[in-house]
Amino acid sequence: MLAWSIYLSFAGALLLALVPKDKPALARWLALAVAVAGLALSVAGFIAGMGQGRMIIVDLLWVPSMGIHYLLADDGISRVLVLLTGLAAVAGILFSWDIEHRTNEFFAFFLALIGGVYGVFLSFDLFLLFVFYEIAIVPKYFLIAIWGSTRREYAAMKLALYSFVGSAMVLIGLLAAYATSGSHSTSLIDLGHANFSVGFQMWCFPLVFIGFAILAGMWPFHTWAPTGHVAAPTAASMLLAGVVMKLGAYGCLRAGIGLFPHGLDPWGVSFLGVGSWRDVFAILAILGIVYGALVALAQTDFKFVIGYSSVSHMGFVLLGLMTLNQIGMTGAVMQMFSHGILAGLLFAIVGRIVYARTHTRQLADLEQLHLSKRLPFAAWAFVIAGMASMGLPGFSGFVAELQVLVGAWMVKPWWVAAAGVGIVVGVAYTWRAMQKAFFSDAPSTPHQLEQDQEHPLAAITWPEVTGVALWGGASLWVGRSPRSRLATIEPAVQALLAGGGQ
Amino acid sequence: MNFSELFRVTLPETMLELAALLVLVVDLGLLQKTSAKLRATVAALVGAAGCCAALWAVSIQAGSGLHVGQNLVLANGGSAAIAQIGILVLTALTLLLLIDSVFTRHAGEYVAVVLMTASGGLIISAAQDLLVIFVGLELLSLGLYILTAFAKSSAKSAEAAVKYYLFGGMSAAFLLFGFSYFYGLSGSTNLLEIQRAIATSGPSPLLFIAWILVVAGLGFKVAAFPFHLWAPDTYEGAPAPAAAFIASVSKVASFALLLTLSVNLLMPGGLIESDKASAEEFLRNSYHAWHSLALILLVVAAASMIAGNLAALVQVSVRRLLAYSAIAHAGYILLGIGTQQAFTGQGSPFAFYLTTTGPALRSAEAVLYYVLTYGLTTIGAFGVVSIVEHATGSDRIDSFLGLHKRNPLLAAVLLILFLSLAGIPPLIGFWAKFNLFAAVLGVSAGTIPFALVALAVAMSAVSLYYYLQVLKRAYVMPAIDETPIKGSPVTMAVLVAIAATVLLLGCFPALLQNWIASFYPAF
Repeated sequence: MLAWSIYLSFAGALLLALVPKDKPALARWLALAVAVAGLALSVAGFIAGMGQGRMIIVDLLWVPSMGIHYLLADDGISRVLVLLTGLAAVAGILFSWDIEHRTNEFFAFFLALIGGVYGVFLSFDLFLLFVFYEIAIVPKYFLIAIWGSTRREYAAMKLALYSFVGSAMVLIGLLAAYATSGSHSTSLIDLGHANFSVGFQMWCFPLVFIGFAILAGMWPFHTWAPTGHVAAPTAASMLLAGVVMKLGAYGCLRAGIGLFPHGLDPWGVSFLGVGSWRDVFAILAILGIVYGALVALAQTDFKFVIGYSSVSHMGFVLLGLMTLNQIGMTGAVMQMFSHGILAGLLFAIVGRIVYARTHTRQLADLEQLHLSKRLPFAAWAFVIAGMASMGLPGFSGFVAELQVLVGAWMVKPWWVAAAGVGIVVGVAYTWRAMQKAFFSDAPSTPHQLEQDQEHPLAAITWPEVTGVALWGGASLWVGRSPRSRLATIEPAVQALLAGGGQ
Repeated sequence: MNFSELFRVTLPETMLELAALLVLVVDLGLLQKTSAKLRATVAALVGAAGCCAALWAVSIQAGSGLHVGQNLVLANGGSAAIAQIGILVLTALTLLLLIDSVFTRHAGEYVAVVLMTASGGLIISAAQDLLVIFVGLELLSLGLYILTAFAKSSAKSAEAAVKYYLFGGMSAAFLLFGFSYFYGLSGSTNLLEIQRAIATSGPSPLLFIAWILVVAGLGFKVAAFPFHLWAPDTYEGAPAPAAAFIASVSKVASFALLLTLSVNLLMPGGLIESDKASAEEFLRNSYHAWHSLALILLVVAAASMIAGNLAALVQVSVRRLLAYSAIAHAGYILLGIGTQQAFTGQGSPFAFYLTTTGPALRSAEAVLYYVLTYGLTTIGAFGVVSIVEHATGSDRIDSFLGLHKRNPLLAAVLLILFLSLAGIPPLIGFWAKFNLFAAVLGVSAGTIPFALVALAVAMSAVSLYYYLQVLKRAYVMPAIDETPIKGSPVTMAVLVAIAATVLLLGCFPALLQNWIASFYPAF
């Protein structure tokens, strides 16, 4: 049933490409209908999967001579991320209701991207996963290059090349795994039993892991993320931060750790306390957490603040993966979901609700505008999203980051100390941005006041309210009842950790 | 040899020659007074019908090919049949692109030359004798020079033809020189005889020289670095259908020939059933002989991948860009040919023999898969370029600005074809690459093949940049001129059909694979 979310999205993309150019309203409603249907499917799949292990949806031999299967399946991790994708698709379309330029093409690319993302999360064949992963690259490029803002062509090309280089590394690793496994099947379930030699895993694991981690924004390969997020149109930055970065993290988890668990074993030699790939990537993740937070603190462009905060929050996901214990990895998956929602919400507020009305994202300019009075809805939405993203108890971010930190503590306590710095700075930059953008007490010039009266900001529209409500609600739902969500994710993580049985 | 056998085996070539004569008769005899458009249409259709007839002739071929005495001269079935079918289909497609071209009033002559050239391609795909190979290759080459120069009013076309001819003449000399060494080493022009002689006499330094000369000669035909210098100028100057023909049909034929040479000269066939000691000796010698060729091919392959992709980055003419990308693609394919058995079974000749036959066929399949799909895609790419060029007067990358507004369908075709060339799934170009690299690693999982595959994958990441440069202009950047570009219905239909095939075969990659595999004995 979940598989239909993929087919529906691609069919929707094709249909939208054929919608006449002069009927933007039709394009919008059609796209919304497709996305809502996808969300409905993912919710239904989530509920149907409660308490279940891995369920195979479809398994066909796609390329018999190479043992490539068209194998779609879902387990707890997939279901959560598919749900996230469904939410992101609906919210993204609601927040791009104001796209007037080449509307039908915009939604066609948007749905093609969504279809690719659904596909990655549901693939249980290594090559199928890779195929969907690459399908997602091209629509991303066009979404940013055509409908973006600041330096969009540069940012789009940078993102496309970073993704493609990452996927080239993954492809090399996968070809090597395929050639050495000799199992004549590329299904993850079969490859899990392939027993790659430790030496092979040692060099193949980092190749695949880094290849995917580039898209997850791992420091120092994160530089596409801020420029990409800033340049992208709102809906695309929501998707980039919301689900596309998760593709990378998911690949790291499913293909990297899942296939090459021994790649994380100690090398036998240790240099400055770094004795395995696990240490290397954990340190890179912590560097990402702290660096992203510090840089976010220094930004003058509102959207860059959120862009760098994404790098920081994705660091938690990677750190969680490197704990290799159940609580840490469950936390990592939770963090994927939580950050997907919160970053999307923040980008929506900054890029759509604020920027579309004020036409500036410079914090210094926003200070003059007294947005808390003129756009109270945006201010309160930002407060809620900001609080949640700082990790305030009651929201999803708290549950996720806490688990990652507990997991990390069990491995090496100093990881937690270092990552804790990132959390403190995280509070600081969110507070700073919130204060400057919305609650500044800078006095207005008389000229400014006059202008405010002459050009009142446009009223908040219904798609905006719906989108904010949808995402804020989702975050609260997770934060309020983490048990139900954990129950879904934990068994899948357990299976993955047990090795082979993924 | 008797003539009925000769006629039976060369029936496809005969069909093409008959069609060529028919085109000339119809065009010069009946249509002289009519419009150029009608003449082009009739000529192209007759030519395409000739290709279909030849296809039928290929499909009914059975038996063991043409022998002179004990020696096989022309093979049929297997790789030869696949390459021949590919050549005929691609030729028919380039002929259909001719219908709307305006570079010449003498469409009949053009079609006749194309058909004769294609028959040269058919011969070299099947030939098993050095002399026949050389004759077929010259037939192909001479035709290509004429086609390049066919736009008589264009100085560029003439310049391109002269460059092509000079380089081509030189490379033919190299090739013939290399062949003469083979003859000198073995006393025969037949590939099997030569193989036997090499394997019994042991490796010789002269063999290395012979291979270098032959690779230089054929490297020119497939536009591999450093023998590629003619390609950008020829692709740029030749009339679009002729450029498409050079980029596809001539590539298919030349790679099929290279495959024949590498497999038949060096793969121990059915002749090791004699006593064990001599068989062992024989295998060891073939193994060393293979090594020298593999080394040369792999160096050329790596150089082509790097040079082609890097040079393509800075091109502003789309035709030149396609030429450099063709050099890069030739590099990938040569990688597939060069690693066929280079690194297998090191140490034990018997292991070598056992590991040779299956994987080598697999690798030959992958090479043919690649070159056929590449030929198809590149014909489509030239079709798009020719329409844009006709409308804007230039093939500069900037003449693609705003194509999605000027002709959305054409832009969509361009999108599919270029992404396929870049190797993005689920398009056929991805599977071709993947199939080829998997075959390379499947045959020889050593460090060197792996490093070369890694290089190839990395280089195809580079290639995405220049393909996106064109697509960016078509889709992203604002148009300067928004007048619609109209492609004529036939060309558009051909292009849409090609794009649809690229997409469909990409979604169902096993179709083409199974079709190719059906030409080989199962094992």
